[in-house]
Amino acid sequence: MSAVRLAVPDEVMRRIRAHGVDTYPHECCGALLGRDGDGRREVIELVPLANHRDDSPRNRFEVMADDVRLAEKMAHEKRLELVGWYHSHPDSPARPSEYDRDHAWPWYSYVIVSVQKGVACDVTSWRLQEDRARYEREEIETVAHPVGI
Amino acid sequence: MAVKVIIPTPLRAYADKRESIEVQAATVAEALAALTTQFGDLKKHLFAEDGKLRSFVNVYVNDEDIRYLQRDQTSVKAGDTISIVPSIAGGAPKRGRVFPWPRKR
Ligand SMILES: [Zn+2]
Repeated sequence: MSAVRLAVPDEVMRRIRAHGVDTYPHECCGALLGRDGDGRREVIELVPLANHRDDSPRNRFEVMADDVRLAEKMAHEKRLELVGWYHSHPDSPARPSEYDRDHAWPWYSYVIVSVQKGVACDVTSWRLQEDRARYEREEIETVAHPVGI
Repeated sequence: MAVKVIIPTPLRAYADKRESIEVQAATVAEALAALTTQFGDLKKHLFAEDGKLRSFVNVYVNDEDIRYLQRDQTSVKAGDTISIVPSIAGGAPKRGRVFPWPRKR
């Protein structure tokens, strides 16, 4: 697979950061709807989702399958695809944990925002490699507004 | 009995780019076994090394989560549709335990 990149509108980026700040010191998570094709992937909209995991909300989140189905349905209705997910790492770097790797599929873009002491810092995006051994970092290209493919 | 298994977008690359596959099966377990026999590369994304479904992988028969039916022994009949849906689980590293990433080999 050649180098991957993800186009994200400014507004979506702003909302990912804001969601991470809002839920700090707990994690936030949500779905990314967009388009994928010809080596280019673009996020158009985000769908914030609830964290269903209450035993350790500070460093674990879980979006139940029903919410995933809902996000898929929303994408379908808007003629978009569910291209990935975002979540926050409160007071941790914006890179995937072992736990993240165990609970992921290839293809999806996994965007992580690091929220340090309540302030949104780095935002990175990752794709799980096919052998599940590691993530490949995907470059985020911020765009002024969705441009379509 | 022929049942339809819907392949989620992220896994289509391992199933001939197909959106759905028809398999012959009487239970969910048989359907998933038939699917992963036909498309071996799907296996590691659905099953953990111990052979159990990965904890974030959910299976629905028509619109019912098999956890509320008979799990993988849930029977299926001709015309049923099986969907594979991920839960999205993730987490920040535990405080003070930052993993080296990417992992060195
Ligand atoms: Zn994480």
